[in-house]
Amino acid sequence: MMDGQEAMPPNAGGRKIVIDPVTRVEGHGKVTIRLNEAGEVEQARFHIVEFRGFERFIQGRMFEEVPVIVQRLCGICPVSHHLCAAKAMDLVAGVDQVTPTAEKMRRLMHHGQVLQSNALNFFHLASPDLLLGFGAPVAQRNIIGVIEAFPEVGKWAIFIRKFGQMVIEATSGRRIHPRLCVPGGVNQNLSVARRDALRADVDQIITWCVAALDLHKTYINDNLQLYENFASFPSSYMSLTGPGGVMDLYDGTLRAIHSDGSTIFEGVQPAAYRDVLIEEVRPWSYMKFPHIRALGREDGWYRVGPLAQLNCCSHIGTPIAEAARQDFLKLGHGGLVHATLAYHWARLICMIHCAETIRNLLFDDDLQGTDLLVTGQRRPEGIAIIEAPRGTLLHHYEVDKNGQVTAANLIVSTTNNNEAMNRSVTKVAVDYLTGQEITEGLLNHIEVAIRAYDPCLSCATHALGDMPLIVTLEDAQGATIATRIKQ
Amino acid sequence: MTPPRILVLGYGNPGRQDDGLGPAAAGAIGRMGWRHVTAVDDYQLNIEDALDVASHDLVWFVDATKTGEAPFSVQDVFPSPTSEFTSHLLRPAALLAIARLYCHRAPPALLLAIRGYEFEFVEALTAGGEKNLRAAVAMLTASIARSHDRPALQVHS
Repeated sequence: MMDGQEAMPPNAGGRKIVIDPVTRVEGHGKVTIRLNEAGEVEQARFHIVEFRGFERFIQGRMFEEVPVIVQRLCGICPVSHHLCAAKAMDLVAGVDQVTPTAEKMRRLMHHGQVLQSNALNFFHLASPDLLLGFGAPVAQRNIIGVIEAFPEVGKWAIFIRKFGQMVIEATSGRRIHPRLCVPGGVNQNLSVARRDALRADVDQIITWCVAALDLHKTYINDNLQLYENFASFPSSYMSLTGPGGVMDLYDGTLRAIHSDGSTIFEGVQPAAYRDVLIEEVRPWSYMKFPHIRALGREDGWYRVGPLAQLNCCSHIGTPIAEAARQDFLKLGHGGLVHATLAYHWARLICMIHCAETIRNLLFDDDLQGTDLLVTGQRRPEGIAIIEAPRGTLLHHYEVDKNGQVTAANLIVSTTNNNEAMNRSVTKVAVDYLTGQEITEGLLNHIEVAIRAYDPCLSCATHALGDMPLIVTLEDAQGATIATRIKQ
Repeated sequence: MTPPRILVLGYGNPGRQDDGLGPAAAGAIGRMGWRHVTAVDDYQLNIEDALDVASHDLVWFVDATKTGEAPFSVQDVFPSPTSEFTSHLLRPAALLAIARLYCHRAPPALLLAIRGYEFEFVEALTAGGEKNLRAAVAMLTASIARSHDRPALQVHS
């Protein structure tokens, strides 16, 4: 476990507030806020532990096993890791293009995963803040309070989640621990019975996603100034895009853009990621700090996730989501949308896109095809990227002649958002910290900012659900002024 | 007499040593083949699990614990809403609260906390965890066996 207070670089002139750490086992959040001599916020850091030890965990495994093993990394996104590893291992297996049935089965599974994961974020995590207001009593500001105030939301939350799980189960034969993918393809197609069951529900799911977006927009209209400014700042963005810049959450090439919308790079194949990105390690954090090589350490940070997916794409290939995107862009007043809370708006548009994509796939006969697997000449390396619910996810493996993994490198979505989360927390601290008291309001506002990104907290282990958020205020010499813990 | 429908919901990550105690316990119960028992394992609790919870008469949440009594401890769980800063956590009490509010039914529930010791990236329980698992499953098995003689339990509504 780390101790962020000890690991902070010395700054003789500053004071710091510590909002407690994320440790690997319990999974808890720590935000460190440094104050200057004048008592003003100087900087803030949100500490996260990522997958240290993963390389050891995966080394020596046969490459065919990896798509299943990597699901152990995350309780929320096992499917994303499964698919990304499978894409990387396609290349190791010497397969550049899987069959249409395999590709569409994977896409169906992926869009089911993104739909249900985004639904969990919006309904369970974000909607209490957005529908009940930041200032609502803590006892009410939760999903129960939302269901009481907006009974329909409870139905949307549970059944959109459940539908996403049905899609995953339909593609893999099981709701959890899916085993659809093997290097070079998939091991099953979609049965007609499962297809028909999903067809029966998908239009209702789209309707509910649109209704959720409409409800969210009423909040935006009522709180526009807060929505635009809360925890917000201009930034660069990165995501996969498909041909012609279309939103593609499953495959494509990397595109990164400046805060003014101009292109930093585009058309970058996953295998060339090291040409455009550098991963930096800093002594005070377990996390790596990837940044854009051409912009350097200080300026090369960027945001990923739904907001980036919306900002980076030129259009969305499904009509309802594209219409929603056009409406969304108005928030940018002619430029990109930089509002941190707009992650939620973007997330809802992605949900609509996923549901529409699922519907399209369900009417594609390729899903009942029987050509499932391609073989090829083994290669020593595989690199793949996917847009997971929280953003760009990269898997990179090296494999020896025996087929055993010798090296693995992952850049997960939360790692990509590392610096951006620090800046959002800094902005909140600047705007809401007064004096030297860690108020309930400050704590909640910090949580609201973190929830927009919904960071993965190396949650693969969570014994008895410990995940506290602890706030510590320190003076210029590092002495604790105050501590606040939210269990 | 119809035995109560029992849900055993074990959660945790089998890839992180003793964090897999919950799924291991659910797996062990599931293999016993009781017709009135549904055993489910997952990485974590999710909001849609409320539907499963509400459709049973008794729920056993089974999780690993880093602290507390060995080999295990049992406590009642009552519906209680909570808020988190990440979607990577949903507590049993919150899940019961969702079931009660949305499904109008929250059955009696117990949390079986099995003591674990190591939580690294290893896909196997520790020896101590294995020992505690055996004791916990034995207790759970005996409790479920006794439920044959019990009528359905009162629910929170």
